[in-house]
Amino acid sequence: MPAPLSSLMRRLGLGLLLGLTLQGIASAASEQQEIPLDHAPYRVNNVLALQKGARLFVNYCIGCHSAKYMRYDSLRGIDLTKDQIEHNLMFGDAKIGDTLRVSMTPAQAEKWFGTEPPDLSIITKALASHRGSGADYLYTYLRTFYRDDTRPTGWNNLVFPGVGMPNPLWRLQGERAANFRIAPDPADPAVKLKTFVGYTQLTKGAESTTEYDSSVADLVAYMQWMAEPDQLLRKRLGVIVLIFLGLFSFITWKLKSEYWKDVT
Amino acid sequence: MADQSLHGARVAPEHGGLRGWVDKRFPFSSLWSAHLTEYYAPKNLNFWYYFGSLSIVVLAIQIISGIFLTMNYKPDAALAFGSVEYIMRDVNWGWLIRYIHSTGASAFFIVVYLHMFRGLIYGSYRTPRELIWIFGCLIFLCLMAEAFFGYLLPWGQMSFWGAQVIVNLFSAIPYIGPDLAVWIRGDYVVSDVTLNRFFAFHVIAIPLLLIGLVGSHIIALHQVGSNNPDGVEIKDNKDGRGIPRDGVAFHPYYTVHDLFGLSVFLMIFCAVVFFAPQFGGYFLEHNNFIPANPLKTPPHIAPVWYFTPFYSILRATTSNTVHIWMGVVVVATLFALWRNRGKPGRALLFAVGGGLLFWALGSVDAKFWGVVSMGGAVIIFLFLPWLDRSPVKSIRYRPTWHRAIYALFAVNFIVLGYFGIQPPSPVAYSVALTCTLLYFGFFFLMPWWSRLGKFKPVPQRLTYKAH
Repeated sequence: MPAPLSSLMRRLGLGLLLGLTLQGIASAASEQQEIPLDHAPYRVNNVLALQKGARLFVNYCIGCHSAKYMRYDSLRGIDLTKDQIEHNLMFGDAKIGDTLRVSMTPAQAEKWFGTEPPDLSIITKALASHRGSGADYLYTYLRTFYRDDTRPTGWNNLVFPGVGMPNPLWRLQGERAANFRIAPDPADPAVKLKTFVGYTQLTKGAESTTEYDSSVADLVAYMQWMAEPDQLLRKRLGVIVLIFLGLFSFITWKLKSEYWKDVT
Repeated sequence: MADQSLHGARVAPEHGGLRGWVDKRFPFSSLWSAHLTEYYAPKNLNFWYYFGSLSIVVLAIQIISGIFLTMNYKPDAALAFGSVEYIMRDVNWGWLIRYIHSTGASAFFIVVYLHMFRGLIYGSYRTPRELIWIFGCLIFLCLMAEAFFGYLLPWGQMSFWGAQVIVNLFSAIPYIGPDLAVWIRGDYVVSDVTLNRFFAFHVIAIPLLLIGLVGSHIIALHQVGSNNPDGVEIKDNKDGRGIPRDGVAFHPYYTVHDLFGLSVFLMIFCAVVFFAPQFGGYFLEHNNFIPANPLKTPPHIAPVWYFTPFYSILRATTSNTVHIWMGVVVVATLFALWRNRGKPGRALLFAVGGGLLFWALGSVDAKFWGVVSMGGAVIIFLFLPWLDRSPVKSIRYRPTWHRAIYALFAVNFIVLGYFGIQPPSPVAYSVALTCTLLYFGFFFLMPWWSRLGKFKPVPQRLTYKAH
């Protein structure tokens, strides 16, 4: 059929051209360049890191963010005793069987931050994307806050420009300003590109950069663990199940061969 | 009965004891022998023949894990998302049951797609197995419905918006569409009402249909017997006792054979369940870990991977595409007129039919034709037994270039699937459009290409190398 075929060929060619041009425009139009995500250290199998992360989480996060599918009781999964959980990690009149609720109402959240802070129970699963894992996202996000007077909270973020949350860990990290280089896009000089070039430390934090990175890694590892408290059990069991199935496959293979050797 | 060797022509020996007691009241022994110990299957069934029995196993896995999920799941828009997390955290072994069920959904489509491809390359749908194939296609349709209804239940962002997009497709049908969409949802948007009815469809209505169809599929199969990679009928060559010379009893030969297939399958299945249950966002999409929010449309809505080839066909149908289809209709009508130039009655019918279709394509919204194309891409499998005019069944004895066509069809299907996952772009549109035309070309032109080329001689008996 010549008619549709030739039109198809034309369309293919046109589509290809159009696609390339549009892609160019799309990247030029974005004023601030997307930064690549840093790889979060894997510490879900490190109980001490998880315990430190849990402490940071209850101290800095659950003032505003809930983890409403996670029970305090489940913290026993990172080798904490009931006493430790009740005395060190729980506030107010919460019971050990309760989930990590937040006292701020959605209406208050809307008023104070312009949006309701998301629940953090499974946030590391929700934030995964083609850019990286959810842990990578959080690890980068929590380390790229900077002061920005144009924002209502006075804070902005490289991973999440225009973020509603001020830096919750600023006492640890200190305050920083971000420096950008604004230069015309070489592909299209009419468009200005805003590229991040570095930070200026404004006030000193309680932790050095290395210590802070490690604290954030612990906090992120905790959230990664909290997203599925049974994940380590799952993997341990998986090894046993696969060893069993490997043996079972060997037996069924021999069984099959035994029967089929008579078939000629 | 059409086949003497299948249905109790040779009387089963009388049993004593409990078995004899049962046999007097229920045909246990005769069913057992008719369907297992004296049901003869070709002895040369290869790798591709594992996927039928595996499909049944996955169906069983889904039903059993589903029953346990139902015990803790709450079909309520306010509670559904939380109840899934409750299953994952607070229900004993809940995470395992949930991951088995979510992985099972993808596994089901993998084994069924491979099972269908097997039918395609060995001509398993050809006479006398048309009904097996038709039941199979209906199973595939039910499976798609089952997966679609089930995907709403976790009530995440993708659940909600996926259902919204798909139900909205029905509103593209002229005249009745908008009302039909409301009727399906039970509301003006996907809501608690929709969740409740989808739950009912997912846990009882469709599974009942599925089980009935799977039963019919197997009964029809046991009536005519399995095809095989040679496409030779084993019943054409029987020994003095009426047993096919190239057949082996299903039990024990194929039960141990399929048991081995099952254990290898379970290894792969469990590797996913225990080590990569989300499968990089393909089996459980990242966005679906965010509770459904009717006010916040995700930037990119894509169905789960197993729907994406058909979703791609839907997306590739724009008004430009409809113009191509109008061209196709014109060419096809002219061809039909030329073929029927001696029969004015039939020629007139073709002219009127083609004209009506041309007019409909031109006047009804492209969105509707997208829905028609997507539905047609599934329905067209039903017609394969009559589209394929090849003198031989199996690809083994077809012209070598036919293999290239089947390979192209498979690659084409995968490419469609890939672009169905990607966000829309002009390049993706062009590729998806090309693939859509190739997809339909494969079927529409099959009556011609399947007859072309030099066919190889089909042997009298099966080709079989002893293990």
